[in-house]
This record gives sequence, C-alpha cells and structure tokens, in this order.
Amino acid sequence: MRKHGDALLTAAVWLATALVVGAFLWLLGDVVIHGIGKLDAAFLLDAPQNAGRDGGIAPILVSTLLILVVALAVAVPLGLATAVYLSEYAAAQLAKPLRVCLNMLAGVPSIVFGLFGNALFCVALGMGFSIWSGGLTLACMMLPLFIVTTESGLSAVSSEWRRGAAALGLSRAAALWHILLPAAAPAITAGLMLSIGRALAETAALIFTSGYVDRMPESLSDSGRALSVHIYDLSMNVSGGDAAAYGSALVLIVLILAINSVAVNLTERFLQARTTA
Amino acid sequence: MSNDNPTDRNPCSYTLGGIEQGAPCCIPVPHIQVQDLAVSYHGKTVLQGVSLDINKGCITALIGPSGCGKTSFLFSLNRLNDLIPGSRVQGSIRMDGAEVTAPDCDVMALRRKVGMIFQKPNPFPLSIRRNIEMPLREHGVRQRGELDARVERALRDVGLWEEVKDRLDSSALALSGGQQQRLCIARALALEPSILLMDEPCSALDPIASAVVEELIRSLCNRYTVVIVTHNLAQARRVANYAAFFWMTERVGRLIEFGRCQSLFDHPSHDLTAAYIFGTSG
Repeated sequence: MRKHGDALLTAAVWLATALVVGAFLWLLGDVVIHGIGKLDAAFLLDAPQNAGRDGGIAPILVSTLLILVVALAVAVPLGLATAVYLSEYAAAQLAKPLRVCLNMLAGVPSIVFGLFGNALFCVALGMGFSIWSGGLTLACMMLPLFIVTTESGLSAVSSEWRRGAAALGLSRAAALWHILLPAAAPAITAGLMLSIGRALAETAALIFTSGYVDRMPESLSDSGRALSVHIYDLSMNVSGGDAAAYGSALVLIVLILAINSVAVNLTERFLQARTTA
Repeated sequence: MSNDNPTDRNPCSYTLGGIEQGAPCCIPVPHIQVQDLAVSYHGKTVLQGVSLDINKGCITALIGPSGCGKTSFLFSLNRLNDLIPGSRVQGSIRMDGAEVTAPDCDVMALRRKVGMIFQKPNPFPLSIRRNIEMPLREHGVRQRGELDARVERALRDVGLWEEVKDRLDSSALALSGGQQQRLCIARALALEPSILLMDEPCSALDPIASAVVEELIRSLCNRYTVVIVTHNLAQARRVANYAAFFWMTERVGRLIEFGRCQSLFDHPSHDLTAAYIFGTSG
C-alpha cells in the first residue's frame, strides 16, 4: 500500500512538472518558430512602417531600454535604501505594517499603477506622455517587489554577523557594506530580475504613461512605445501584424534574458565577489 | 557575597584538587569596576545589584545556570546590549577611569578596546585574511605592510598561522569549528584590545577543538583581562583566576558570590554556590 502511494506521488510530481515545462516550451517554441523568420538586422535597425507590419522595431527597442533605465535608476537606489531601513533600522512596530503595505502594493494590478502614473506624472507633474512618465510609473511598480525581496534577503543574513561586526567596533555602514549587502546579494539579484521581468512585460501601465508613438524618441520627454505595447498593438489592432508581433515577442524574450544576465553579472561583481561564501 | 581580599594569599600558589592548576598569577588591580549594575529588557529586570571588580590581566569566569543574567552582564561591558531593542542598563561600569554606561561614551572605541568572542564562531563570509584586515582598515590601519604584519601576529597568537598561512585568501567558512573560533579570537586580538569578553567560547566545539581553544585562553592570562562565561565548571577551574557565581532569585539574576576561583570552588561561602558546584542544584 505504502509502496503504491509512493509511486503515485512520484508519478504526480513528474506529471505536474512535465505539464508546466511542456506548456512553457510550447509557448517558447511557438514564438521562436513564428518569430525567427522575421528576425534580421533590418528588423532591429529599421523604423516601423505601415503601422508596424513592415520595417523594424529600432525606435521601439530604444524607447523600451530608455524606459527601463529610468525605472531602474530610480527604483534600485530607493529600493535598496528602503530595504536596508526596514531590516536594519526600523522598529518592529513600524516595519510590520510597512511590510504588509508593500506586499499589498506588489499585488496591485498594473492598470491601477498606470492610472496612478498618468494622474501623477503625466497630468499633475506635467510630464505628459513621455519616457519619464513611463519609467517613473514602472519604478513605482518595481519598488514594492524589489524592496520585499531585498529586505527578506537582508533579514535572512545571520544576526551573528551583525553582532560580530558591532562587537568589533564597526559602524553600521561598514557592516552593511562589507558583510550584510554582499551576503544578501543573491536575494538582491533575484529582486532585480523579478523587477526587470515585470518592467519589460508591462503593457497596461505604459499605454497610459509613455504612450504608443512609434517614432524614435529624441529625449526622455518624448513619448515612446515599449516592446510589450508594440506587441499588443500589432496583435490586437493591426490586421496582418502577426509576423511582426512574433518577431517582437522573440526579441523581447531575448532582451529579458540578456538584461537579466547583465544584472546577475553586475551584482556578482559588485557585491558577491567580496564574499567568499 | 564574599569578596576575597586579593592580598591575603599568593595567587600563584594555589592548586585545585585533581585538576590542573589555573592560569598562573595576575595582578590584583581593578580594570573594570562594576557598581550596582542592573539590566532590564522592556521593563523586565533580568539582572540586579551586581557589584564587582574585575582585575587586570586576570581571567574571571562567570558561572551559573542558564538565564541568570551572565550574558546580559557580559554584553553590558561592551555596550552590545545597545543592539537589543528595549534593553536598559543602570548602574556604573568604570573601565580605565571612563564610564561605560555614560551616553557620551564612544561605543566604537570602547568595542575596539573590549573584544568579544561569541558562543558560536562567527567568522564573516570573507577570506581568512579579510576577516582580520577589514576591521583593521575600518579602524584606520591602511598600510599594506602593517596590515600584513598584524594579520600574521594575530594568527600566530592564536596558533593558527602554520595551519592557514598557505590559504589566507580562501574562505574562512571552510575552516573547522575550532579554527573558526580561533580566527574570531585572532580577529579581536588584531585590534589590540586590553579586555576580552567570551560568551561560552568552547560550548559549540568538539572536545579536542575545545581543549585547544581553552589552552589558548589560558595563554591570554597576564596579557589581557579576560571575562569568560562558561557552563563547564571544570573549565572554569582550569582557566580562571577568579570566579563569579550568578543565580536567579525572585526571577531576577543576581551575583551570589565572587572570589578567587580556588576558594569559591573549594570553600564556597554561600549555600547556593555550594549546591550548584557540588551538583545538587541548578
């Protein structure tokens, strides 16, 4: 009986894994098969023509990267500082409700962030539909996720190191810089990857903030169309845009992989390399 | 509480029945003077009315059952209690003429002067060399030559140099437990403290590593003022010149008896001490 139960469990676990991996591979395969034909230098370097059916995605790639850079430049330092505050400085009575708020914010639908970003950045702060507005809105979306993962990484760092550092007369800053942040590097990397993934996949929030003008942006105050918005537009609003949509989706997937590996590399070089564990 | 007059007996001459003689000699000059110390957490008093003089260059063992405030006492000597939310230390601790509990006490400088070793070895996740170098750099030692010399001296002092000199740049976490604890002692010694606080430094180690660390602690006598918390009474007899016995009465830890190690163990003047060290209580 017990033996049967074990076999059943093994089968169930395998089946579930196969389903998940299979679905993912199907999706990936579909995108690769349909998108690979579209992929060439011209597609990456040309401006879109005929509502995106023809031409390339150069301005869209540039807008996407600019929006991401703005979002990361704002979210990473703010998020790190907040996570450090929550795990190292804040009193428990304050940190607890703040953590609950952050977890709730991390679950807020992106369309809500989009409307918030539109009201705050586009209208109230007068930035209009621009890369600034889109990047800052994405930063707002990334922050809760990034803070929560980074903070849990910092909190998981052994308090013996904290006490040890204090007992050696090290300042809090020194303990953070030399020990706590490097030890939390894997969590920080994970938070960064989740944030980047969320940002690059975002569509709803960007339609309201960075807009969908597909021209090459001339400055951060210009409107710019992100890749995800482009894919959405091609597949929903442009008949005959499927091939270009698949090509763009493939580029987006490759972009996420590339940016994530750069992010992993950077955090390893700046943080983890200083530890030997 | 009995406080032996240190002048009435030659501190070098005592032997403890059956057990090897404690670390020889030390000068009965007070280094840390504790007056009416009380420690509380969130208003709950855990230690009260502790007064004693800890002598320079001597090893003083704090003994007593768990929860009687030994570690709280130890932590208040280098203000590590500051890290614990809701903790409050009252009374006076004078160290080299300065008041440790004063709000204007330079805590960083204090902790540099008063090294601390914890129960569980806590080397940082850095290389062996950087474990010692990083705190030195933070305290302003920057010259390559001096750093190297201090690292080597500290490692030699704890008998670790020969074991690790060829792998100074590999991870400290790859060392064995006993080696890690000796590295932690070296890390503290490199800052040239005058006082070392040890919170059950051997209790997480295997017997052989424990014996090595214990021997090391004995070698610190006369060079550093050592205050060591231990649950191992035999160890206290082996290493310490003085012993302080803590006990909990009415849910508050108190110092019951303090005196020379030998007299406290052989002729305890308090019934509680006798019951504890002869194994009928605690």
